[in-house]
Amino acid sequence: MSFLRFLIQNHTQVLQLTLEHLWLVGISTILAMLIGIPLGIVIAHRTTWNKPVLATANIIQTIPALALFGFLLPVPWLGARSDRLAILALTLYALLPIIRNTYAGIHGVDAAVIEAGRGMGMTESQLLYQVELPLAASVILSGVRIAAVISVGLATIAAAIGAGGLGEFIFRGLAMVDDRVILAGAIPAAILALLADFTVGWAERRLRPR
Amino acid sequence: MQIGWADHCGFGTSSSLRYAGLVQTDARTPVIEFRDVSYRIGSTQVLIDLGLQVARGEILVLLGRSGSGKTTTLKLINRLVSPTSGTILVNGSPNDQGDVIRLRRGIGYVIQEAGLFPHYTVAKNIGLVPKLEKWEKNRISARTKELLQVVGLSPELADRYPHQLSGGQRQRVGVARALAADPEILLMDEPFAALDPLTRDELQREFLQLQQRLHKTVVFVTHDLREALRLGSRIALMEAGKLVTLLTPKEFLQSEDPWAAAYVRAFGGGLDSAADRGAS
Repeated sequence: MSFLRFLIQNHTQVLQLTLEHLWLVGISTILAMLIGIPLGIVIAHRTTWNKPVLATANIIQTIPALALFGFLLPVPWLGARSDRLAILALTLYALLPIIRNTYAGIHGVDAAVIEAGRGMGMTESQLLYQVELPLAASVILSGVRIAAVISVGLATIAAAIGAGGLGEFIFRGLAMVDDRVILAGAIPAAILALLADFTVGWAERRLRPR
Repeated sequence: MQIGWADHCGFGTSSSLRYAGLVQTDARTPVIEFRDVSYRIGSTQVLIDLGLQVARGEILVLLGRSGSGKTTTLKLINRLVSPTSGTILVNGSPNDQGDVIRLRRGIGYVIQEAGLFPHYTVAKNIGLVPKLEKWEKNRISARTKELLQVVGLSPELADRYPHQLSGGQRQRVGVARALAADPEILLMDEPFAALDPLTRDELQREFLQLQQRLHKTVVFVTHDLREALRLGSRIALMEAGKLVTLLTPKEFLQSEDPWAAAYVRAFGGGLDSAADRGAS
């Protein structure tokens, strides 16, 4: 119960850090969608490019988060503000699931359907927007969902470089050896992850082709 | 044929018309003509020196086994495949001159399992080409209703999705979709192959009746001799990328060509009646 009391006493700060956290995750997921979805579309159409692109995204994924933050710190414009840096790192991590699912979704559209569309005189962009993307939408969104959930967890580490977010409570709690402070960061972060999972999952089901 | 043209005009701005309008055509000009067409993928010769003419209003059947090049031949007509050498003329002009999108919208295309868009309703599937051609909404919905009737489907099916239909119904929608913008040419790639025998029989019969009204120029791919005899005005037998022989159904049954004879033997008896119905 002492945890709840701590939460109520510090509710403004909890709220503020939650919003910061949401901002880091939201912006980076949107950026990753803006980069990853077009990239996934391109490699689904030009299959020779899919290996190098997916390999690069895979390698990025293997870099430990703390190390990536450290690497990026000396970069001129980026290192000047830690939230920029955190957003870039989170964007890089979110790329792989989004690129991979976009590729899989578009690649998985029935070839006969594409050919029928092309044979009836649809242009390549009509095929993309009217056939491929609608049919791949739910698979693409499930990639976004994975990316968002991973980002919520990873964003806690951004506090280590002073980018804010719920990680601040976690690091502070660790330093103070105070469970209440750790939980004040960890529990809202877990709720955020579940919320992201639920909302994107809902959109995904709405867009699933019958 | 003049009457046929007037009919076409009645439907409005079919793109095939505009395409055809550029060249002088009369009843004798073949609608589709292959001149020394070869197609190669790497070192594999898929088609070798194909020469073929399709006359206005006929059903030309491309018959052959898998890998004989019949589907490739079909796809050369609407430029889904481009030849390595040679020319394909559509309405007298080479089909690689001019806009490929215009060309395709003037040619109906029906494939096996119909290739319907799973996320579109039946009505939206049928109205696809008219919508691409920017017809008015009312005109599209009127045309869709008309076509449902033409292919023998109840108007209630308009709002269903393809997965809610039977195989036969899906194939009917596929035919309706191909006819939507009233193209002059219809390409059909084993459209009835995946159906059960009873449904297939029904669709073949109805397709013949439909053709007697519409007089489309049809190129029809099949590996089923019975179907070829029944539907075809002429049968082009293909083997290993070559046109072996080009015969009417009756001639085909009597042919001494070894490939044709082999086909007839493989299908056994009872073929005469199929040819009779097809010719009538």
